Amino acid sequence: MQIASMHFKSRARSNMNDAQLQANLRKMQGKFVAKRRASLTELDDFEGTRDAGMAIRQRALDDLDAWLALFEQNAVRAGATVLWAETPADVNALVLEIARRHGVRKIIKSKSMVSEESGLDQAIEAAGLTVVETDLGEYILQINGYEPPSHIIGPALHKSKEEVAELFHRKHGTPLKTGIEELCLEARGVLREHYLTADMGISGGNFFIAETGSVLLVTNEGNATLGTTLPRVHVAISGIEKVVPTLEDAATLMRLLPRSATGQSISNYVDVLTGVRREGESHGAEAMYFILVDSGRAGVLGSEVREALRCIRCGACMNHCPVYQNVGGHSYGWVYPGPIGSILTPMYAGLEHAHDLPAASTLCNQCGVVCPVRIPLPDLQRKLREMAFERRLRPWPERMGVRAWAWVAKRPSLYALATRIGARALRFLGGRDGTIRRLPLAGGWTQERDFPAPSGRTFRELYAKRGGGRR
Amino acid sequence: MIPSNGLGKGAMRVGFFVTCLVDLMRPSIGFAALRLLEGGGAEVYVPPGQTCCGQPAYNSGDRRDAIDLARKVIDEFEACDYLVAPSGSCSGMIRTHYEELFADDAAAQARARALAEKTWELTRFLVEVLKVADVPGRFDGTVTYHDCCAGLREMGVKSQPRALLAHVRGLTVREMAEPETCCGFGGTFAVKFGEISGRLADNKCGHVAASGADAVVMGDLGCMLNVEGRLRRRGDARTRVLHVAEVLAGDGRPAEG
Repeated sequence: MQIASMHFKSRARSNMNDAQLQANLRKMQGKFVAKRRASLTELDDFEGTRDAGMAIRQRALDDLDAWLALFEQNAVRAGATVLWAETPADVNALVLEIARRHGVRKIIKSKSMVSEESGLDQAIEAAGLTVVETDLGEYILQINGYEPPSHIIGPALHKSKEEVAELFHRKHGTPLKTGIEELCLEARGVLREHYLTADMGISGGNFFIAETGSVLLVTNEGNATLGTTLPRVHVAISGIEKVVPTLEDAATLMRLLPRSATGQSISNYVDVLTGVRREGESHGAEAMYFILVDSGRAGVLGSEVREALRCIRCGACMNHCPVYQNVGGHSYGWVYPGPIGSILTPMYAGLEHAHDLPAASTLCNQCGVVCPVRIPLPDLQRKLREMAFERRLRPWPERMGVRAWAWVAKRPSLYALATRIGARALRFLGGRDGTIRRLPLAGGWTQERDFPAPSGRTFRELYAKRGGGRR
Repeated sequence: MIPSNGLGKGAMRVGFFVTCLVDLMRPSIGFAALRLLEGGGAEVYVPPGQTCCGQPAYNSGDRRDAIDLARKVIDEFEACDYLVAPSGSCSGMIRTHYEELFADDAAAQARARALAEKTWELTRFLVEVLKVADVPGRFDGTVTYHDCCAGLREMGVKSQPRALLAHVRGLTVREMAEPETCCGFGGTFAVKFGEISGRLADNKCGHVAASGADAVVMGDLGCMLNVEGRLRRRGDARTRVLHVAEVLAGDGRPAEG
């Protein structure tokens, strides 16, 4: 996927001025936040479960190479083939090679964010094959000219049902519908035909389980269940960081994932798929491939933001982020939006293309307190700010401003003089009503709000005058 | 208003960290905080050369300057029994981030940790250490309380300011919707991403207005400037924006000088 994260500010502006989008975002936020909160009360010890989830993910990452080797060994034993993709281009090449080998004409796909990184659908189409997205949200985006996803678990959340109804009417040539149920039935009718005629199914992978060589898939529509068992060939694609040691570990994480994501105790469907169809089994693919993707993940593992790899893609951080809630997922300009995207995008697609993302945060830490695996997201955003500062990626007035201010703040006498002058100057600018409507060098502030003027004397000079500071 | 720590009056030496924003923008908050601390029985010391905790540098990615300023604060305050600041943000910087700044220097890190452990946000210190149960403030009207992010999520400040406000004569607290949602200040974020920051501030102002309170009260001056600036720009000249220390100390006027 082409990265557009350097246009964060202008995209955010147009999204904040889009009344329909704003209404859709508000609706979504209310639903996710309230449902998550309600579902957590079912757990006796949510904080303890978070600790366990974090420990599982961290244990997997601490010995990632060993767990991946064990996964490969067990997956191969069950009859699957394990392939490794170093770059997004490798993912596309491997998928096309598998398709060629098995004489595949049509591919159905359940949701995979990793395949968005490499633009897999477009690569498949360019090779002359057919690909159909079966996750309802992804399907909507696909028939709308491959519109990019705006959320990691609800890729079309930015759309209202009216917008979807209009799209279906236009693309399917069917009468305009109004109800959500009717729309789902229409999509189901269209997709059912594709399930039955596809040669190959592509899925993502929520977890790869090392001790069994299985992939675990979480969906609410059952599309991954059909898409991975009806076609002759199944290809599961996900990042190398998604491995967990045991089935038990996956079960613990499943106590956290649906609750954090949609506020469900459990998703409607959970598939655990191990190997190919064996003698006497009624269904399952004849050939099974895993494509385990690096695409920058090994680099993150060796970096100061490695905790980001604990992510289980629940989306709670974006659902609770005040910035995401107002600017929407498309503002972030790449595959992963919100707080986790502000870490992953610079790391996977280049900090030089995305240094606005970690800067565009108030560091309020609402994301950090909801993350089910305790990723310290604001701390990681700050780490990326340090990297951007060191690499001089931020505009020079910003860098020089903070350095000059710090230079003065380290010199108390000079600082006292500067603040005395500053307090008086600001008071003067505030005029009679003590309100500054335009502040030089801080236009970003005063274009949106006034700046209340100070009283004109600093605390330290008033305190000294009162005879304080002698003690 | 007697300290219940078992020590005699004067035995508890509290270093008062004014914060750079209060020093420059609203000294009345500092004086109100001093009155509350001294009223609670603390002996307060105000290091005269103090400037800033270094958070603006830290959050801008300028780690070297943040370290220098952290060193300066540690030098100035480590002899005190406590460091107290009228800000969850600045006290949070010292309490939760200083240690990490000295990851490469064990000796300095030990000093940073020692200071962090005795660093408090004002209202929590008043309630949990000084056990203040009565306050001199009087405020005739209703207020709504905004939970500033660092106070809430770094310093555990939630019930304490409300418990203290309950002792202010004439005052009624009326909670707004989403009191814990960020107001959009975020330090230099407010300037770098002015439009997004302004939208968040506007959402907050909407909740404040809907509460119908006469004043919105909070514990961080940065957030106050943000909310007040947006309220005034929205044409609300009536709703007052006050620091919790000002209300508790009976200094309802917004400025001093």
